Amino acid sequence: MLAYLFRRLFAAAVMLVVIILVVFGIFFLVPKWAGVDIASSFVGKQADPAAVEAVRQKLGLSDPVFVQAWEFFKGIFAGRTYSGGGDVTQCSAPCFGYSFRSEQAVWPVLTERFPVTLALALGAAVLWLIFGLAAGVLSALKRGTLWDRAAMVVALAGVSLPIYFTGLLSLAIFSHSLGWINAEFVPLDESFSGWFGGMILPWITLAFLYAAMYARITRATMMEILGEDYIRTARAKGLKEQVVIRKHAMRSTLTPLLTMLGMDLGALMGGAVLTETTFSLPGLGQKVLDAIKNQDLPFILGVVLITSLAVLIANLVVDVLYAVIDPRVRLA
Amino acid sequence: MTAPLHEPTAEAAPSAAEEAAVAGADAKAVQGRSLGRIAWERLKRDKLALTGGIVVLVLIVVAILAPLITNIVGQDPDAYHEDLIDPLFGTPTGSLGGISGDHWLGVEPVNGRDIFARIVHGARISLLVGFLSAVVAVIIGTVLGVLAGFFGGWVDALISRIMDGLLAFPQLLFIIALVSVMPNDMLGLSGTGVRLFVMILVIGFFGWPYIGRVVRGQTLSMREREYVEAARSLGAGRFYILFKELLPNLVAPIIVYTTMMIPTNILTEAALSFLGVGVKPPTSSWGQMLSSAIDYYQSDPMYMVIPGVAIFITVLAFNLFGDGVRDALDPKGSR
Repeated sequence: MLAYLFRRLFAAAVMLVVIILVVFGIFFLVPKWAGVDIASSFVGKQADPAAVEAVRQKLGLSDPVFVQAWEFFKGIFAGRTYSGGGDVTQCSAPCFGYSFRSEQAVWPVLTERFPVTLALALGAAVLWLIFGLAAGVLSALKRGTLWDRAAMVVALAGVSLPIYFTGLLSLAIFSHSLGWINAEFVPLDESFSGWFGGMILPWITLAFLYAAMYARITRATMMEILGEDYIRTARAKGLKEQVVIRKHAMRSTLTPLLTMLGMDLGALMGGAVLTETTFSLPGLGQKVLDAIKNQDLPFILGVVLITSLAVLIANLVVDVLYAVIDPRVRLA
Repeated sequence: MTAPLHEPTAEAAPSAAEEAAVAGADAKAVQGRSLGRIAWERLKRDKLALTGGIVVLVLIVVAILAPLITNIVGQDPDAYHEDLIDPLFGTPTGSLGGISGDHWLGVEPVNGRDIFARIVHGARISLLVGFLSAVVAVIIGTVLGVLAGFFGGWVDALISRIMDGLLAFPQLLFIIALVSVMPNDMLGLSGTGVRLFVMILVIGFFGWPYIGRVVRGQTLSMREREYVEAARSLGAGRFYILFKELLPNLVAPIIVYTTMMIPTNILTEAALSFLGVGVKPPTSSWGQMLSSAIDYYQSDPMYMVIPGVAIFITVLAFNLFGDGVRDALDPKGSR
């Protein structure tokens, strides 16, 4: 078990280094290859050449990508000092870069926005797990019935609807026409009920999409597993149907879903861009979109890295849970 | 199964026939039914999948003939009709977003462009990106998947690691970031051309591991099958086995995953345009129409409903068709 965990941890660390390198490669080599000057995009569209040169020096943009990635990596643990062009900018650890465009360090802004994204993703995940799994299992058990067909039609519609459309529709119906919900975002420390009210529609819309996906996959996995020999054995030895489903079938159904959950949650940490844009939630996704519109590369880089980190951590947690659910993993 | 190669495939063929005979098909039908034929017959019985397929066909025709259609209707997607707009609120004066005999789906707020014409033209962008990025993914995925499965060893380890890594990446975020750092002019293309090219490449690139994994798994299991061993023992070379024995058997899973990938790609393209990093105006795309509709969801809800429904119908049709194709090609399904 310990050896297994250690192996996974090591793989995650390697992956992190690879991700940092790849991200740097993308953001520094691709524009170079395409003939775009990064230094000027760091400063602003109409920057004077002196300022551009200063930033180039400060950020060490003429250094090879490996050196830049290493400097960045070091900055995460030790902080970083940008000097050049006469003045010095301090970025304390953990330094995930500094935006000369908005004159802000990246990390404090990200930590400020992260809770909103986290609350969105976790709240939605609770909903979609409950409804997705329940719908999927019920459909698999009552295969071919009216319930099964209805649930699968809804699920198919769910995966075919873009979230920004369902989001806008729900805003138009529940918030504007019916006036049931005040869909304005309110920070949690201001008012719990206001915050909760503002999060309900985003949670439901996001959960609807994922519940549909999970229901389809749960149903397919469950049906496949119910056809396995060991389920027949379990039934043949006289176990109650309930026990067969809960103890034998459910356990195997959960493993692939867990992998999905890890990836989805991780990706949502930074990938809830669409939901956050639709509902004007001040989370990480909205920040990265702002950064893209302003060509604020350090923020894009920061969010992409943080998200990758979140995916890595989520996958690590999933690996640990795997070992708990599936004894074969522990023994391997 | 592949075309007859001396004895070895003849050995595999009767077992398939036996299977079919056990499944209760009459002997006459068993004789001449290839997998494609069986799949087509099953697909024909699946009403939902057929409906999906027909809608997909109609959409393709509409996309190809878009300029012709808008010409016949007499609406230019880029023409302004400011006379139809309420100058005070910027919304269309007519009911339901200005729907009329001239403007079948109404007009846009502020400048009054015809929504029908823009939806028809938007179909081109959606389908083009959806199809071509799937093609990119299928090519990379098939080549690397076959290489990994066929050669094994370190080739397999390397390719599998890359696939795992890519699948674990926060894709949408990466795609947004990548598309946004791309310049406006490159490779002799500019404007919409560059954006389409970049979107197709990037979406395709992040999609290949899905196909790659399936192809690798299939190749891995088929490599050890008797008919491959038989071909090998008869002295068939690697390339013969690869192209004549393995690839034909990979066609079914590849088709299934391609049809399932297209709707996802269409959604990704719409999302990118929605976020403002995809196709730029005046070129119309469904995602972009929805994003401008955000500001009018209260005063002109039809403006949001129409592109939303267009995306929904398209993706749903592809999904229905894809599900049908999957069931039809599933060797475990009842024949």
